[in-house]
Amino acid sequence: MAARGLTETGDEALVILAILIAGMFLVLFGAGSVEGPFATQMWTMFVAFLLGAAGIVGQLARAPQSGKLSRYENGVVKAGVVASMFWGVAGLLVGLIIALQLAFPNLFYFPEAGWTNFGRLRPLHTSAVIFAFGGNVLIATSFYVVQRTCRARLAGGLWPWFVFWGYQLFIVLAGTGYLMGITQSREYAEPPWYTDLWLTLVWVVYLLVFLGTIWKRQEKHIYVANWFYLAFIVTIAMLHIVNNLAIPVTLTSSFSYSLFAGVQDALTQWWYGHNAVGFFLTAGFLAIMYYFIPKQADRPVYSYRLSIIHFWALIFLYIWAGPHHLHYTALPQWAQTLGATFSIMLWMPSWGGMINGLMTLSGAWDKLRTDPVLRMLVVSVAFYGMSTFEGPVMSIRAVNSLSHYTDWTIGHVHSGALGWVGFVSFGALYCLVPWLWKKQRLYSNALVEWHFWLATIGIVLYITSMWVAGVMQGLMWRAYNDFGFLEYSFVESVEAMHPYYIIRALGGGLYLLGALVMAYNLWRTARADAPAHERAGDHPVAAASAAAE
Amino acid sequence: MWSFHRWFEKHSLILLIGILVVVSIGGLVQITPLFFIESTIERVEGVRPYTPLELAGRQVYVREGCYTCHSQMIRPLRDEVERYGHYSLAAESMYDHPFQWGSKRTGPDLARVGGRYSDEWHRAHLTDPRSVVPESVMPPYAFLADADLDLRTMSDHLRANRLLRVPYTDEQIASAAADARAQATPFGEGAYEFEQRYGRVAQRDFDGDPARVTEMDALIAYLQMLGAGVDFSTYQADAPENER
Repeated sequence: MAARGLTETGDEALVILAILIAGMFLVLFGAGSVEGPFATQMWTMFVAFLLGAAGIVGQLARAPQSGKLSRYENGVVKAGVVASMFWGVAGLLVGLIIALQLAFPNLFYFPEAGWTNFGRLRPLHTSAVIFAFGGNVLIATSFYVVQRTCRARLAGGLWPWFVFWGYQLFIVLAGTGYLMGITQSREYAEPPWYTDLWLTLVWVVYLLVFLGTIWKRQEKHIYVANWFYLAFIVTIAMLHIVNNLAIPVTLTSSFSYSLFAGVQDALTQWWYGHNAVGFFLTAGFLAIMYYFIPKQADRPVYSYRLSIIHFWALIFLYIWAGPHHLHYTALPQWAQTLGATFSIMLWMPSWGGMINGLMTLSGAWDKLRTDPVLRMLVVSVAFYGMSTFEGPVMSIRAVNSLSHYTDWTIGHVHSGALGWVGFVSFGALYCLVPWLWKKQRLYSNALVEWHFWLATIGIVLYITSMWVAGVMQGLMWRAYNDFGFLEYSFVESVEAMHPYYIIRALGGGLYLLGALVMAYNLWRTARADAPAHERAGDHPVAAASAAAE
Repeated sequence: MWSFHRWFEKHSLILLIGILVVVSIGGLVQITPLFFIESTIERVEGVRPYTPLELAGRQVYVREGCYTCHSQMIRPLRDEVERYGHYSLAAESMYDHPFQWGSKRTGPDLARVGGRYSDEWHRAHLTDPRSVVPESVMPPYAFLADADLDLRTMSDHLRANRLLRVPYTDEQIASAAADARAQATPFGEGAYEFEQRYGRVAQRDFDGDPARVTEMDALIAYLQMLGAGVDFSTYQADAPENER
């Protein structure tokens, strides 16, 4: 039935139109809410649905393009590339701002403007980089990869566009909501209940578009990158739905109360939180690794068997790791031990994947000297290896008693986020822009070099300063003097952070600068005045055989 | 031996079901028991549902994202117990939808901040943190004192909590807004009825502005009750019923 709705008959435009019109009625019902911020969010949705409906009507009015089916759907991937770059720069900028807020609290001092405070901007930063930047990279690359590896055009006609614009609406709702104080205060799951419902709808369509394309495939086997994309999509759906179960105060209120409380709520949240890392930031980006590194290096994946072990071991073990966020809390100790044990075991599949990615370069290592894009991809895998080693170490209870609640955690997250997720995404975008805009090469490899070194130095400054800051905090909190009293008051540890917060902001600034260089480079590449460069195999097999007949 | 994997690679639905089975196991094993085992569902004397004013204050705490810098979970480590007080019990967050244990201490833990400072200190600190703690990096929350507490949906807040088995009575739900006002107006109308409904909890003009009930009132009322419920002079951590 779902598959029926995802065919290319053109009916899908009417279904989407019906959803949008129904949505317009629903949100109008909430637009009269006594809560100002909630009403604003409903009007935002109304305008978005209206624009969407106008766009669909425009599509219907236009004459159908002939021969469309004989090409891959590149438009939605291009849109995803642009959105990724935009949200990436925006998210990094907010990160820099909140880093400066901690370093110089009086620099941003607006006693009457709550929306400028760290507490509201921090979720804006995390959501913008994880969900807006990372999510758009994942959606765009998955749409690109699944078409090529299945040799079939993306399923669903306009539905992929529904996924793209629906996801952008989710981002705008979440982000503007945070600034107005609409949040569930669940880390990495801050958006309120109605935004969660909207994302659920978009996500289910995303899954169906992805599966629908696999069903149309002209290859017998499903390529390994698609296993990882599929695991990412379905597991995120499961985590998102369970963790966001809540009772709204009323249907015209942004407030809700989570279904679970206390200990149960804490473990549910960290089951979600850790696997947002495991499936959003790891499985999805491993899919990128499995497609773009072999492509760019022009080598096959190192080991087929290793990729099978890597895949199943990784997704099985990751789900257990959540309790390591709750060491020494009121969570029963058996659960903490279980979480730590699986976190340590997780080291193995993580490094198995790293080895599979790195060894794909066998016989092509010389390309690292000449191809900065490949170097970025490979260094991302090295950072992946580093942070997946650091993670298990931090999950050991004795280490965690020191590192928990400190900036060490922040440093760890960023070695993974900036080094692994950031670099592998940048590498993929550097590949995609010439491929999609049909250019022979990037505008400038020298600018990629600049980006690479700015970002690498930025990461090194960031993570080393946070290591020092975190370990220092942990040691200061537990230091005793000769008389058996606590040596430091809490605020002395805050004061001691000042130089490290400045170094961290500098590191983040360099990383942002690198991203700006990249945006310029990609823009010049796409706009370059060069003859279209066609690549072999850039048409679906089904179309090619149809054309031959 | 590797050929069996062909089934997963050639049939997307088998692959999909395989993934779902494999990723479900961990969560089921770890989370489900927490709803049944004694140490996570025990009741401890002194832990009570929030009053309407405290609940509204908690929503301010949630809205402002205080969890991004403050934890509410004291670990059973020597330095933490000496710095913050008795380690946190599971029961102490049994009415917390959502929990606010946090994950980062840019500022100190708040699990037992209740009663540690005066209302006036909180007022000064929230208005301009560096006026009382010069080294602080906390942002200012002066605007809370200018924002009248919105009590129009207070009853709905309690009702939603009761659906989640927080034991509010019909009477408490019906008079939620009046009770919130009464708690911040100790000599005003309804103060006696408030005490009848909620027992002996702090009734004060928390924000120092007797003319209005503000978000500052609510937030300070919430902060002042945090962790102060259980009487640890009589709580026996190593009594058999409290052994983990």
